[in-house]
Amino acid sequence: MSAQAEVLQQAFTLGYTYTRTTGPVVGRFLTALRDRKIVGIKGSDGKVIVPPMEYDPVTAEELSEFVDLPDTGVVKTWAWVKHPRGKHLLDKPFAWAQIQIDGSDIPMIHMVDAGDESKMSTGMKVKVRWADETKGFITDIACFEPA
Amino acid sequence: MSDANKEALEPITGIESPVYLDYNFTAGQATARYLTKVKEGKLVGQRCPSCRNVYIPPRGACAACGVATTEEVELSNKATVQSFTIVHIPIPGNPIKPPYVIANLVPDGANISFLHLLSECKNEDVRIGMRVEAQWKDASEWTYAMENIKYFTPIDEPDVPAEEIGRLKDA
Repeated sequence: MSAQAEVLQQAFTLGYTYTRTTGPVVGRFLTALRDRKIVGIKGSDGKVIVPPMEYDPVTAEELSEFVDLPDTGVVKTWAWVKHPRGKHLLDKPFAWAQIQIDGSDIPMIHMVDAGDESKMSTGMKVKVRWADETKGFITDIACFEPA
Repeated sequence: MSDANKEALEPITGIESPVYLDYNFTAGQATARYLTKVKEGKLVGQRCPSCRNVYIPPRGACAACGVATTEEVELSNKATVQSFTIVHIPIPGNPIKPPYVIANLVPDGANISFLHLLSECKNEDVRIGMRVEAQWKDASEWTYAMENIKYFTPIDEPDVPAEEIGRLKDA
């Protein structure tokens, strides 16, 4: 018969070290972020989409009409995160929000650092807080903050 | 980087997007018992009370019979190559330089194989049925891991016919 053994535990990390090619459309969006600018793209129905899509959601045609946008927007809906977890990019309570960049028609998901849940409201104006150092990645937008 | 440098930067064409999954592995009773023995330099499997097969590493139950396995069986350091592959492509984070041999090895007295390295032989000479022996690290380095065995090396014994590898002999 087996004698009792101590319970053995070990932490380990499984890493999928993916790299991705961005293609010309997403690449241009990320290149603009590095310059602290936001670009969207115009679809066949005239709607401006940001982050830009490569193909038209209606006709599936390739899209190429880039549109320069400001770094301000409006919160369309949001969810407050009371207890950020280790992999969240903000280490204090924040909101996940659908943010419609001014001049665009489709909201994008990002974070809002409003300090307190009571400061959040649908329709509130927000602006980008840029990362201290930009590198051409979505996190060049550190988060949004009340405008 | 400073804004002054930005004029010279190339457009973004690729990004790194790794995914890291953080686990906390709990060995469970049978595997913990097995690893405790490995730390003592022993390979200890478990025998199924129903079909008499010996499993290594033991999982605490026989997958075929669905019954708990409790009888411990100390296995020898000798094993037979059941199958093998020659690895030619380097694996990130793995310090072993290809080409090297990974083999399914059935230890004497067991009815199931585990994976380990084969070394100190020509890769071309490795074959199914080949007899090998565990080369343990120095006892001062033993821990709860199969890496306590550096690798297996060939021994001068006749090959085991393929159909006899892992078959019961003394049930």
